[in-house]
Amino acid sequence: MSPPLLQVNDLKKHFPIKSGLFNRKPEFVYAVDGVSFEIARGETLSLVGESGCGKSTVGRAILRLFEITSGQVILDGQRIDDAAPGTMRQMRRRVQVVFQDPFSSLNPRMRVRDILAEPIRNFGLAKSAEDLEVRVTSLMDTVRLPREALNRRPHEFSGGQRQRIGIARALAAEPELIVCDEAVSALDVSVKAQIVNLLQDLQREFGLALLFISHDLAIVEHMTHRVAVMYLGKIVEVAPRREIFAAPRHPYTKALLSAVPLPEPGAQRNPIILKGDVPSPINPPKGCRFHTRCPFVFDRCRTEEPTLRATGPEQWVACHLEEPP
Amino acid sequence: MALLEVENLQTHFRTPGGINRAVDGVSFHVNEGETLAIVGESGCGKSVTSMSLMRLIPEPPGRIAGSIRFAGRDLLKLSDREMRAIRGNDISMIFQEPMTSLNPVLTVGRQIRETLMIHQGLDKQAAEAHAIEMLTLVGIPEPKRRVGEYPHQLSGGMRQRVMIAVALACNPKLLIADEPTTALDVTIQAQILKLMLDLKRRVGAAIILITHDLGVVAEIAERVMVMYAGRKVEEAPVAELFRSPRHPYTQGLLGAVPKLGSSLAGTATRLAEIPGQVPDLRKPITGCVFAGRCALATDLCRQYAPGLEEKGPRHIAACHYAAKGAIAA
Ligand SMILES: Nc1ncnc2c1ncn2[C@@H]1O[C@H](COP(=O)(O)OP(=O)(O)OP(=O)(O)O)[C@@H](O)[C@H]1O
Ligand SMILES: Nc1ncnc2c1ncn2[C@@H]1O[C@H](COP(=O)(O)OP(=O)(O)O)[C@@H](O)[C@H]1O
Ligand code: SF4
Ligand code: SF4
Ligand SMILES: [Mg+2]
Ligand SMILES: [Mg+2]
Repeated sequence: MSPPLLQVNDLKKHFPIKSGLFNRKPEFVYAVDGVSFEIARGETLSLVGESGCGKSTVGRAILRLFEITSGQVILDGQRIDDAAPGTMRQMRRRVQVVFQDPFSSLNPRMRVRDILAEPIRNFGLAKSAEDLEVRVTSLMDTVRLPREALNRRPHEFSGGQRQRIGIARALAAEPELIVCDEAVSALDVSVKAQIVNLLQDLQREFGLALLFISHDLAIVEHMTHRVAVMYLGKIVEVAPRREIFAAPRHPYTKALLSAVPLPEPGAQRNPIILKGDVPSPINPPKGCRFHTRCPFVFDRCRTEEPTLRATGPEQWVACHLEEPP
Repeated sequence: MALLEVENLQTHFRTPGGINRAVDGVSFHVNEGETLAIVGESGCGKSVTSMSLMRLIPEPPGRIAGSIRFAGRDLLKLSDREMRAIRGNDISMIFQEPMTSLNPVLTVGRQIRETLMIHQGLDKQAAEAHAIEMLTLVGIPEPKRRVGEYPHQLSGGMRQRVMIAVALACNPKLLIADEPTTALDVTIQAQILKLMLDLKRRVGAAIILITHDLGVVAEIAERVMVMYAGRKVEEAPVAELFRSPRHPYTQGLLGAVPKLGSSLAGTATRLAEIPGQVPDLRKPITGCVFAGRCALATDLCRQYAPGLEEKGPRHIAACHYAAKGAIAA
């Protein structure tokens, strides 16, 4: 059997932070603290969870935008977290990214043509100047932008069009996996629908795998095959779409889903209102990290950390309620 | 009885690219104790409408025309001094980004206290005690400690709750909330929405809620006004609007958002797209503002702007074919 496209094993990323002048003990933000998952070819895995829980840090670790603290990131059977620059170059081509803010991620001085040509040249994908031109124009067709727009610069486009340029740039490298970090979050409702549809079409057309990072659960449900729910640097539940949305098991997943207001006036809802704020990842709570807000907390939760355990064929949950005592 | 009556509000800005008709002839009312939601995509004039009500539009480059009658008085005719007395007293506002409206160099306790001292004439001790009470009411843990902290020491959710505390410190008759939960996580949003509902029940304030989140609208609004390109294009009671939207833009908005539970209901199909994008408000628009994106547009639409017409009980929409659209939908 071929390995999954992406495998992440016990990934940790601890950011050192400046502590006070006389404070000898170094402090860390435990942004990602032991996360494991896999993504198959052509699959969409969504990472959800509240602001600061470590979603983008996971994405950036996969893109190797920094060195990780520990763990492994394996692409198509080959470790990339410690790959040498030569190997890394080819690996980089295979994993691309689309960010939230299309404006700040595009160079304002470059024409669209050059923005798209850059990755094609960098990875040596074009056989000739004509081939380069063919690739660049067909990318415009793929993301449904007019070819005339190739000579314009990013500021001449609307937010949705800029996001299409960002997607075209990612596709230019012919990747197998695209990390979409809040790629549709900043867009207006009507434009968001256009981009969501485009991403789904592209996935089908090119067999792309997506790591879809988002805090919009309704969009996630619409887009995804599987979901990993994060809380304070850990995955608390992973399951296929159906299980997550029909039968969530982790108390945090339940609370998160119940908090989403439904666009149906008069809908009978009983949101689980969590108390308090998300604790700081500098000093995550001992035991279960969710215990300070969990409605079902009991003694064991405060001292012992629950591990992810299988509760169904493809469902994994980290909660003491799921374990034999 | 209408607490607020806005008549033909026009707020225009002089810009290098021409006059931006950010709000162009909008009329609406809010009854006492009622919650009106204003929805629409970014740039359609929601914030400019609310800033106009508070008379917080910089003039120039802005210019406000029309009339804004609040409890019988036209706010546009008041002196700056009279307007200051209304702001933060009879009408208060929660802004999109709490950090911009809280003063970063004053402790949160002092900010609530000063509001109370200025508007309610309380002395320092009474104001301090009341400030702690307000923070408790909005669910801030350890309020006695928090009154001594600065805004940057609080989380986003706490800052938003402090803003609500400041806004409600004077029992306003009208609370304007501009995207009060857009920057917050859903679990915190749920806390804030519950808080707003509780306070409304307790104080009986009318609320104008500005948002683009249709879920939030369904949750707390009684009536909804839909804006597009600086105009009001539809207005109806909330259940009626969601059940039978008449304007093609409203229909498009409702079709473009996926609903939680879609995968189970088997409705996770393709999202409806509204092609194109909003028109440039600096260019004159003839005919219907939505014609450039509307699937039903005809020559009539491109030539003549539709007026707001009654399409059902308390339900108005500005579309030449609204009734037909509703039957077709
Ligand atoms: N370079 C850095 N240095 C220090 N701390 C960091 C750094 N990058 C991220 N963090 C911290 O790590 C934690 C996780 O951040 P991350 O950006 O991954 O969150 P997120 O889940 O993507 O949140 P959001 O939904 O707000 O985008 C946060 O507490 C953040 O402040
Ligand atoms: N101070 C200003 N000067 C010029 N144009 C402005 C100003 N404030 C807002 N606008 C314009 O008014 C229009 C409506 O903006 P706004 O009310 O903020 O939209 P939203 O519905 O997203 O709240 C936009 O075109 C915006 O650019
Ligand atoms: S382990 Fe305990 S605190 Fe954590 S989620 Fe389960 S019940 Fe709640
Ligand atoms: S008036 Fe015409 S263009 Fe405007 S919304 Fe109605 S059908 Fe569409
Ligand atoms: Mg992020
Ligand atoms: Mg706004």
